[in-house]
Amino acid sequence: MGMRRTVALLRSTVTSIALLSALAACDGREKKSMARPEADPGALRAWEQIATVLQHPRCLNCHQVDTPLQGDDGHPHNPRVTRGPDNLGVAAMRCTNCHNQKGNNPSSGVPGAPHWSLAPLSMSWADLSSAALCESLKDPKRNGGRSAEDLKKHMGEDKLVLWGWEPGAGREPVPVDHASFLQLLTTWVAAGMPCPKE
Amino acid sequence: MTRHTDAPESLSRRRFLKAAASTVFILGFYVPLGRRTASAQTPPSETPAPNLFLKIDSDNIITVISKYFEMGQGVVTGVATLLAEELEADWSKLRFEFAPNDVATYNNLVFGPVMVTGGSASMAGSWMQMRKVGAAARTMMIEAAAKKWKVPEAELRAENSTVVHTSGKSATYAELAADAMQLPVPQDAPLKDPADWKLIGKNVPRLDSAEKTDGKALFAMDVKRPGMLTAAIAHPPLFGAKVKSFDATASEAIPGVEEVVQIPAGVAVLAKDSWSALRGRDALKVEWDTSGAETRSDEQIFAEYRQQAQGEGLVATKRGDAGKALPSAAQKLTAEFTFPFLAHTPMEPLNCILDFDGDKAEMWSGCQLQSIDEHVLSEVLGIESKRIRIHTLLGGGSFGRRGNPLGDWVAELAQIGKAMKSRAPVHLLWSREDDIRGGYYRPIVLHQLEAGLDDSGNIAGWQHKVVTQSLFTGTPFAALMVKDGVDHSSVEGLADTPYQIDNFNVRVYNAESPVPVLWWRSVGHTHTAHVMETVIDELARMAGRDPLQYRLELLPEARDREVLQLVAGKSGWGGSTGENRGRGIAFHKSFGTRVAMVADVSIDEGDFTVDKITAAVDCGVAINPDVVTAQIEGAIGFALSTLLRNRITLKDGRVQQSNFHNYEPTRIREMPAVEVHIVQSAEPPSGIGEPGVPPLAPAVGNAIAAATGKRMYAMPFSLKA
Amino acid sequence: MARIELKINGQDRQLDADPQMPLLWALRDLLDMTGTKYGCGRALCGACTVHIDGEAARSCSIMLGEAQGREITTIEGVSGPVADAVVGAWRELDVVQCGYCQSGQIMSAITLLSKNRKPSDEDIDASMEGNICRCGTYQRIRAAILESAKKIGGDQ
Repeated sequence: MGMRRTVALLRSTVTSIALLSALAACDGREKKSMARPEADPGALRAWEQIATVLQHPRCLNCHQVDTPLQGDDGHPHNPRVTRGPDNLGVAAMRCTNCHNQKGNNPSSGVPGAPHWSLAPLSMSWADLSSAALCESLKDPKRNGGRSAEDLKKHMGEDKLVLWGWEPGAGREPVPVDHASFLQLLTTWVAAGMPCPKE
Repeated sequence: MTRHTDAPESLSRRRFLKAAASTVFILGFYVPLGRRTASAQTPPSETPAPNLFLKIDSDNIITVISKYFEMGQGVVTGVATLLAEELEADWSKLRFEFAPNDVATYNNLVFGPVMVTGGSASMAGSWMQMRKVGAAARTMMIEAAAKKWKVPEAELRAENSTVVHTSGKSATYAELAADAMQLPVPQDAPLKDPADWKLIGKNVPRLDSAEKTDGKALFAMDVKRPGMLTAAIAHPPLFGAKVKSFDATASEAIPGVEEVVQIPAGVAVLAKDSWSALRGRDALKVEWDTSGAETRSDEQIFAEYRQQAQGEGLVATKRGDAGKALPSAAQKLTAEFTFPFLAHTPMEPLNCILDFDGDKAEMWSGCQLQSIDEHVLSEVLGIESKRIRIHTLLGGGSFGRRGNPLGDWVAELAQIGKAMKSRAPVHLLWSREDDIRGGYYRPIVLHQLEAGLDDSGNIAGWQHKVVTQSLFTGTPFAALMVKDGVDHSSVEGLADTPYQIDNFNVRVYNAESPVPVLWWRSVGHTHTAHVMETVIDELARMAGRDPLQYRLELLPEARDREVLQLVAGKSGWGGSTGENRGRGIAFHKSFGTRVAMVADVSIDEGDFTVDKITAAVDCGVAINPDVVTAQIEGAIGFALSTLLRNRITLKDGRVQQSNFHNYEPTRIREMPAVEVHIVQSAEPPSGIGEPGVPPLAPAVGNAIAAATGKRMYAMPFSLKA
Repeated sequence: MARIELKINGQDRQLDADPQMPLLWALRDLLDMTGTKYGCGRALCGACTVHIDGEAARSCSIMLGEAQGREITTIEGVSGPVADAVVGAWRELDVVQCGYCQSGQIMSAITLLSKNRKPSDEDIDASMEGNICRCGTYQRIRAAILESAKKIGGDQ
């Protein structure tokens, strides 16, 4: 069960990173937002809807620690694959072994989209609550160094992200349509990206 | 089963000779003997004419004709080793071919009259026959050289496919073949002294390694015929359902789809290539008549089996009176064991090719039961057996599936061939989904038992019930295995246990279901070994004895004890295992072969990992110890999946599994380190393809029990329940 | 249907086929290259493994449109020191049983060793995870990969 131990180890590493950045946040610009006692309730409601998308298996399955998940039930990817140094797997078990860049494969059922890969480890959302996910999304160290506008672009245009809305037969799409999702995102960003409390 | 008495005159015979003629003309051993119709001259015996089992090419390449089907078990290497040993053949110049369907010549000497590979009996069946063929050919070569050179035979010796004279003069077998073929075939050529063996007992390389590592090996899947169409069948979603109606409009719109035909087995879509056939099949709309179909879940089946076990059943073994002995036992153990349906899932899905011109037929298949398949083709196509030629090809695994006494997929092929009225050769392709959902499973089995110990911890009595579907009833092999309603395969390894138990009663309950079942690598032993070895182990612990010692005391046969002692010595039995680790032992005899295993497991987060298996095996003479070792290693990798997770389950009659994601064989990371030790033996060889499977589950289960105290009564294993 | 241009084992091959057709069936049925095997059709077993631009690929799941214009290598066309070492070790250790999965196993092993000349047991397991052998030859697969590593000097 070496695999499980590795995953557990990575999970605890991620938790410590999360803790460290939470501490770091105490004296950063987040201080302001934390200091703001009453977040816009409309924006918080928008966030909760955004969270249902991000925590949906279509997104969450690949924002994992070492092994992606699979399917609407989020079971470990079968066959087992691991992150590897470039988030694309290891030696003879690479994402591109099976996942087409040009789209889903209707014959084998294997999904595909450009740059199919695990999200970087810093962007793992495994086991995060809505509040924790929200904080991580705002943190450039954990969101791929993205500004709010970058995030909107990422979720608005990235082909791999857009795949979540059209994942192909046998897979449930994310629960909010794309136009509404972008509206929610705009509302949330405009309100200063408020996060719920744990 | 069809018996060929006129084999030399049959179509298959003539075709075989014709094909051979193009490759080995004149120097082929077969030519004059063929004309003399060798098998008519010498009735099937252990020494048929050598041309039927070997041919020699002009460049001294020797080809062994194997009547046994290679599905990975190493049988062609074994058959060739026996022949080459006596022939003094140069191993590097040995090749193999599969024999044509001709039961008179290629009868299975263990099960015959039938042409079949199975029951782990190929080496036992070849042991005398192939050595005698080799010895006869060698004798003829030496005689031919003696006559040619006018020297005494005593001055000649055979080596490396050559006859050498003491003077140094030599001639290859190919050079001597024409003369040798004029000589009578000796019936009693002397066999070599085992001390002189050069190949038997040595690790000669497999004959099929090269072609299986460069993409050239020919499986049925790889056969092409001019104009061939590939067929995919929409099978019923429930066992026992039939086609009510279908709409092929969408299928026919798919480019490449040529025909859609209804057959008794379902609806077949024929296309120019496999992908189009599979897509065409998926696009079919079929309505099914499900009256009389299986609609139960597997839980319901188990519940009904428990009900059935309340009844009388049939007596499989009655030794002493367990019912009388048990009430006064000092300690008692009651247990129920459950075993699910299992699919074979050979890596090459079932497939076969038919070229039928309305008058005669040729089939290409990874064919394990040629006599049955020939009979099925003959019945469905309405032509005589002798108009049918079966080309046996390498099989991408079988584990029993390709040896179906009902020839299910061959019947489908013939039904399509008949419906197609010779318009095109047909390749029937089963998808992996067809394979996993297609039935012919290892049946569900329920064991219930009560065993008791006396004051000294000895077995006082043992009462045992087995509920399952019979594998042999209704097949052409029923007479071999079913006596008074008791199918021996339901209780083999249990009713005939080598353990000395005085008051021992076994009853069997035959269950009925539309779910078709079939032998699965090691057949009844897949479940009986686990039950016996788990219970013996538990009784030993209850008696406060060492499980190894307990077994040794219960086994009267020295060969049984020797295997256990060997494995105990090699595995460090009795030493400490450390925390969260366990060591378990098991022994089982099947197909004449004794295998003992010691399993080392670790327990972590409520799950188990098999770290190491030490195995000892006594299969008589190990014709090729490396193949024996490989079969034990492979059997462990194969069987491990049944402890880890494999089971076919039904919900409202529907099979819930479909492909390797939910019926997942063992993966490489799960493979334990395996060490195999072979007992040196001069006894005739027994089976090796199957006997490695049965002891794995109990060895691992007993190791888990040693570590956790939990007994594994259900397969697959779960530490959570 | 479309004109598909493939580069297979160093040769240019043209096909008229649906770009969504899996490469596997094009190789086997249209180009008669049958060393690449169908085992599951769903990227679960690895029997259909080929190389595309030097990476292992499951040809049952890679569509012709995806494979077009890229360097495809099949079991029939592997060459070079790593391939020679792997095939040699497979034969020396008699890894095969039924042999049906072994084209795929060998293709994955070559990819592994091309990128990692000295794989650990864990590296081997992680890389060979996608290749099922129902005969259970895994112990020898591991041994043959380690033996191949020796041959190509990876153990030094």
